[in-house]
Amino acid sequence: MVQTFEPKSDYHVVGRSPIRHDGLDKVTGRAVYGGDVKVPGLIWGEVLRSPHSHALIKSIDTSAAEKMPGVFAVATNADFPSPKAGEIDTGEDVVNFERDTQNLLAKSKVLYKGHAVAAVAAVDRNTALEATKLIKVVYEKLTPVRNVDEAMAKNATILHDNLVGDHLGEDVKKTNVARHFRHEFGDVEKGFAASDLVVEREFTLQMVHQGYIEPHNATAIWDESGHVTAWSSTQGMFAVRAQTAGMLRIPESQVTVNPVEIGGGFGGKTKVYLAPVAAILSRKSGGRPVKMIMDRNSVFEASGPAPGGKIIIEMGVSKDGKIQAVATDLRYEAGAFPGSAVGAGAICVHACYNIPNSRIDGRDVVVNKPKSAAYRAPGSPQAAFAIEQVVDEVCDKMNWDKIQFRLDNAAHEGTRRGDGVMFGKVGLIETLEAVRNSAHWKSPLEPSKNGKLRGRGVASGYWMNGGNKSTVDLMLQDDGTVALNEGSADIGGTRTSIAMQAAEVLGLTAEDIHPYIPSTDSIGFTATTGGSRTTYATGYAAWEAANGLVAEMSKRAAVLWGIDADDVTFANGKFSSSSDPELSIGFKALAGKIGDTGGPVSSTASVNLGAAGAGYAVNICDIEIDPETGKTDVIRYTAVQDVGKAIHPAYVEGQIQGGAAQGIGWALNEEYFISEDGSMANHTFLDYRMPTALDLPMIETILVEVPNPLHPFGVRGVGEVPLAPPLPAVANAVADATGHRFPHHPIKAGRIIEALSR
Amino acid sequence: MAKVFVPYNLRKYTDGATQVDVPGLTLGELITNLELWFPGFSDHLLQDGRLKPGLAAVCGHAATRQGLLQKLDEDTEVHFVPAVSGGVG
Repeated sequence: MVQTFEPKSDYHVVGRSPIRHDGLDKVTGRAVYGGDVKVPGLIWGEVLRSPHSHALIKSIDTSAAEKMPGVFAVATNADFPSPKAGEIDTGEDVVNFERDTQNLLAKSKVLYKGHAVAAVAAVDRNTALEATKLIKVVYEKLTPVRNVDEAMAKNATILHDNLVGDHLGEDVKKTNVARHFRHEFGDVEKGFAASDLVVEREFTLQMVHQGYIEPHNATAIWDESGHVTAWSSTQGMFAVRAQTAGMLRIPESQVTVNPVEIGGGFGGKTKVYLAPVAAILSRKSGGRPVKMIMDRNSVFEASGPAPGGKIIIEMGVSKDGKIQAVATDLRYEAGAFPGSAVGAGAICVHACYNIPNSRIDGRDVVVNKPKSAAYRAPGSPQAAFAIEQVVDEVCDKMNWDKIQFRLDNAAHEGTRRGDGVMFGKVGLIETLEAVRNSAHWKSPLEPSKNGKLRGRGVASGYWMNGGNKSTVDLMLQDDGTVALNEGSADIGGTRTSIAMQAAEVLGLTAEDIHPYIPSTDSIGFTATTGGSRTTYATGYAAWEAANGLVAEMSKRAAVLWGIDADDVTFANGKFSSSSDPELSIGFKALAGKIGDTGGPVSSTASVNLGAAGAGYAVNICDIEIDPETGKTDVIRYTAVQDVGKAIHPAYVEGQIQGGAAQGIGWALNEEYFISEDGSMANHTFLDYRMPTALDLPMIETILVEVPNPLHPFGVRGVGEVPLAPPLPAVANAVADATGHRFPHHPIKAGRIIEALSR
Repeated sequence: MAKVFVPYNLRKYTDGATQVDVPGLTLGELITNLELWFPGFSDHLLQDGRLKPGLAAVCGHAATRQGLLQKLDEDTEVHFVPAVSGGVG
């Protein structure tokens, strides 16, 4: 049985916002990132990338590069051991090493511009770079497949001749649709027939990048004993271990991954691109350590962005304000290899609503673009962009209040999600009520005094949040502080949010806990920091380990006092005898006497949790548009979210504000601008326009706390759902301002001018 | 008996039934019984004696982390859905 917890409110650490443990190291520059790694004998690796979006590799001649002075080794796909075929469950993720090795170094085809073809290790970076230019590759260009329409067209160019698509359970050859699945319940056609209004709309979205500041990097040594030691900027060092070992076909025990700080990931640093290649170059260079760092162009062109695609939604409503039926067709770009976030998108797309008759089709479509990867709430922002605009249009057509309609149809405990799974306790209704009661929603949008167009939009979003495996070790120190080892990469302040949960149990302060992230050899398996799982699952492990520490210390207090362990209680940081009121000792005082009671005290907890409490967010967005230029400014923005229990409210607010900023950029500016030849035209931060602080107002936040009964402190994941509502909230605001709907993303100035001139 | 929600692409094995009640104290027992009643069904669920990579079994509200050992209560809802790695992928 799953343990459940009653909500509490009398916390002494949880709910405060202490200074982060790693703050000083980061602001002083002491923190070690992947680019800072220096080991004796270090040499550099560089990659030769394809200039074509789709081409056969007829031949690769590396001889000139190999002869160049200063060059130690050249690697191609042929240097990978023959990969294990098929889908492999690594215990955390499902991977296909055959495809992954072909993504890291192309085999017989290049499938996107920037696709790595060969790699060179040399004495320094410039020599390695120059040597890549001596590699001669003969290509035979093929027609690029640039989007899902081209990929699904009759007589489309096929990316993978050996791909067998699973189309509703049937094997299909010669297809770019790797998977077509369906979730269906109720009677959708009957629902539409019972509707008084049916709205059907088609939306298109472009690929976008997470835009993390720090590029991908890896340093690896494949030594004489056959052991690989790696350093890599990653959201999950155990994922790097699994992927590196899998691609090199060595046991995971032969790979050690050392953590380094991470300069942003947002889901994009869950896959490896360099570590296995660096390891191969190391082995071919006689075991020298090889360091590789992507340049920005390569990060855009060859790492994993969020998928674009097409979404078609048909929604039927009755006059009483109820949704009768929704049919959704999601077609997501997987990129060059199968595996988009369409499965998650399908879970999320109907999840804000109680829909009696529901059908969701999902298609995973390969195109000649980089293999897509996770980006906060992967698949959900695209889905929200579509369904929340349809909801907005339905409300406009029926003259319904947009919050009341959402409340009347809100998902709640017992509602079925689009994939049929029934919700436990969720807080969407409380979140919508907080929106309706907010100062922003109650304040009417004043007309502009300078001739600009103003509009207000509102939209909801959902993310299911994750559980999975986590480990925490606690080691009591003589001074009563506690060293905490955890396996989670800290991408958003989780050292502190996890330490705080241990401190809460132990009656200590957050500063009394010293969190540390050791290598994969020094901590139990911990899944990747992603899925909004870390504060929930690793925090749960910290809570369990802390309770274990208290139990052991209670035994030691009993030894100290010569009484039965059952007689010792622990509350408010003190151990006491329940039978003798004279016997009482504080946590730190006991720590100072612990040695004589049986030696050091430590505690370990590993958990493997099912799904966490689901997360909902609702955003309000006010925008102002210059009708002459089409420039859109966000002038007020409020993000409301059910966070379960905010362990560290300042970090939670930061997560929400960051998600809103990214979502506003995604809505208005960001896109992979794909040229006729299939290449990305805007592969620099100059041309790939992300919003800065100067572009945005203060993002106001309202934290709604509906405790998750599955967590001792009520935690729900908070890092991902903030990115779901901003896209449609902005789109709905633009529609309110202009009177035009914008089903094509991004809603850039040119599109607005075009619409206004119609 | 557990209530199995039949995935769309496996309804051909259940004559179109969207939900079937199947006995089983564990998920493993339930899948064994599913195979007895609907031959061929389990080929889509199992590989090498474990749940197929990429497949999640939701027992109640949450995807099981105990695989075929997952204990089932009377009336537990069981869904077989594509696994989602969350922000992981």
